[in-house]
Amino acid sequence: MLTITNLHATIGGTEILKGLSLTINAGEIHAIMGPNGAGKSTLAYTLGGRPGYEVTDGTATFDGQDLLALEPHERAAAGLFLGFQYPVEIPGVSNLQFLRESLNAQRRARGEEPLSGAEFIRLAKEKAGLLKMDMDMLKRPVNVGFSGGEKKRNEMVQMGIIDPKLALLDETDSGLDIDALRIVGEGINTIMRKPDRAVLLITHYQRLLDLVKPDFVHVLAGGRIVRSGGAELALELEEQGYEAVA
Amino acid sequence: MTDDSTPADTKTRDADAWAAAEKASTYEWGFSSAIEQEMAPKGLTEDTVRYISAKKNEPEWMLDWRLKAFRIWQTLETPDWAKLNVPPIDYQDAYYYAEPKAKPKLGSLDEVDPEILEVYKKLGIPIEEQKVLANVEGARRVAVDAVFDSVSVATTFREELSRAGVIFMSISEAIREYPDLVKKWLGKVVPVRDNYFATLNCAVFSDGTFVYIPEGVRCPMELSTYFRINAENTGQFERTLIIADKGSYVSYLEGCTAPQRDENQLHAAVVELVAMDDAEIKYSTVQNWYPGDAEGKGGIYNFVTKRGLAQGARSKISWTQVETGSAVTWKYPSCVLNGEDSVGEFYSVAVTNNYQQADTGTKMIHNGKGSRSTIVSKGISAGRSNNTYRGLVRVAPGAEGVRNFTQCDSLLLGDQCGAHTVPYIEVRNPSAQIEHEATTSKISDDQLFYAMQRGLSAEEAVALIVNGFAREVLKQLPMEFAVEAQKLLGISLEGSVG
Repeated sequence: MLTITNLHATIGGTEILKGLSLTINAGEIHAIMGPNGAGKSTLAYTLGGRPGYEVTDGTATFDGQDLLALEPHERAAAGLFLGFQYPVEIPGVSNLQFLRESLNAQRRARGEEPLSGAEFIRLAKEKAGLLKMDMDMLKRPVNVGFSGGEKKRNEMVQMGIIDPKLALLDETDSGLDIDALRIVGEGINTIMRKPDRAVLLITHYQRLLDLVKPDFVHVLAGGRIVRSGGAELALELEEQGYEAVA
Repeated sequence: MTDDSTPADTKTRDADAWAAAEKASTYEWGFSSAIEQEMAPKGLTEDTVRYISAKKNEPEWMLDWRLKAFRIWQTLETPDWAKLNVPPIDYQDAYYYAEPKAKPKLGSLDEVDPEILEVYKKLGIPIEEQKVLANVEGARRVAVDAVFDSVSVATTFREELSRAGVIFMSISEAIREYPDLVKKWLGKVVPVRDNYFATLNCAVFSDGTFVYIPEGVRCPMELSTYFRINAENTGQFERTLIIADKGSYVSYLEGCTAPQRDENQLHAAVVELVAMDDAEIKYSTVQNWYPGDAEGKGGIYNFVTKRGLAQGARSKISWTQVETGSAVTWKYPSCVLNGEDSVGEFYSVAVTNNYQQADTGTKMIHNGKGSRSTIVSKGISAGRSNNTYRGLVRVAPGAEGVRNFTQCDSLLLGDQCGAHTVPYIEVRNPSAQIEHEATTSKISDDQLFYAMQRGLSAEEAVALIVNGFAREVLKQLPMEFAVEAQKLLGISLEGSVG
């Protein structure tokens, strides 16, 4: 589904990703762990197409398409979802309006019929239910006045409604209490653990991986993947730290 | 000034202009329609004023009133205190009157010229109102008094309104049919010598709307007028007078679009509102005159004087405006709060892009005890435009217990535009409570990327964020207008990110 080869990326002239390669197939859940400053968020933003993240070398192919040639919204329409570490507030725009317009923009881009208001509300109710999120939260402006945990849960509701092929979840587990973490973990499993879906989890902690069992774990350090393994690698990291493992 | 073109020349020239405009049009609603027009000769003299008055079969008193205004106008100078850069206007190089060629009086809307109906369609008149125009049964009732260029060509629902005692007609008709009412109030809210543009309007106003809501009547439908400048070089001088008698209520919608023209067009409207004891007038505007092209060429000059007199105790006047069009906007819908415990409101969204200039705001004149006012202004600037909020809050010495709350927010797109806030506060009574809040912000890259990652294009993302910014004002608009206004905000800002 996603093949990254020798990816180099810079921010403001400083090279952060230095030859990263990674292949994610449909049906797989990957976790990327690594010390602060290793380039984990840079990887997510670069794949998402954030302006300012310049690719200087390498390729990324998503479902046969040259991902790096697409605009951010085209990447979204192609099925790429980025769960933000720090979800952004948009005052005056309700979650429902935001998601309906986003989803319908994607559907139009794919040549599908936009959802009517009623169809959309039904979908939103269903997905909010999965994440135990009150519909009233969806009526509030996007992330405005949400607690850290609510914002992360909101990201998961958005993921459920948008229903992407590949989700890059950037530290979605940080700032969550135990109950919220469980809800988010179950949400990821329900929404994304399917034969035609894939997930790349960026995380520091084992606790999320207890809930969402990864098929592959990678250690990112110095802008490259320095080690890959199965779920047991995460446990090893937890016990011994990055330096010992990488 | 002489005008040596024969009617035939005029027609050819107009046809050429229309064809050129069609071709050059990148402005979504910059179309032009080939309805035959009758025009006054170019230029402005006493004869022009007499011509207009005669065309409208006006009584002598009205002609005298116009002539008096014209003579005052000749002694006045163009105001220059606004933060606007307007090239000198040659008032002799414009037409002051154009009307569609005389058509027989229409019994119903079915008889309206299909071309005019086509114009409504292109204007994007909300579906509900199109249904009304199409006489669909059960359509939501909105009365549309359509001002096509200068003359009202169709009035709907007049009968139902008249059963409620509501008078809703063109001001020309009102001058003939209700001279006492018109005489009593015309020029009382905005005096003849109020300002250069208002005085000009008094002399040459072509048509407009008159509304009277009798005591205790809640107007059974929203009243709506669509303005449209359709003739090249024809200034549009609308005149609106709305009187709400004791305990009555009316909601009035005014919407404008104009076709693309190379030469600047002058628009100098006057709107006067009067609310008696316990009466309420809600006046909503969506203004989308042609703003000029991306290089700042062309566009409407919009010099408008709008003022409401909250004359009675507990009366209320509420202005809501969405200003996206015009090359130059000079407009301060105001409330004179004479009544005890009267209420004034001003909700405004002003968008400027490219080389547009807007200097807009309000005046809240508190003369009545316990009068209250709320001002919420949202300015959005993009391109190389300039957007100024200018507002006055004045409290008279005898006005005890006055309250005002003002909020001015500016949103900038890009780094070559300007946002300015110029509040004037004159308080002569120590019991007044005046609050003023102001913010200036930019659309953040974080917001843009977040929205784009969810699937919105850059332009859709900007439109969404801007609509959120303006929400407090947009939610004041009646439903039909709110939808139209949201679209407009997006359209107006196209090309402002990239």
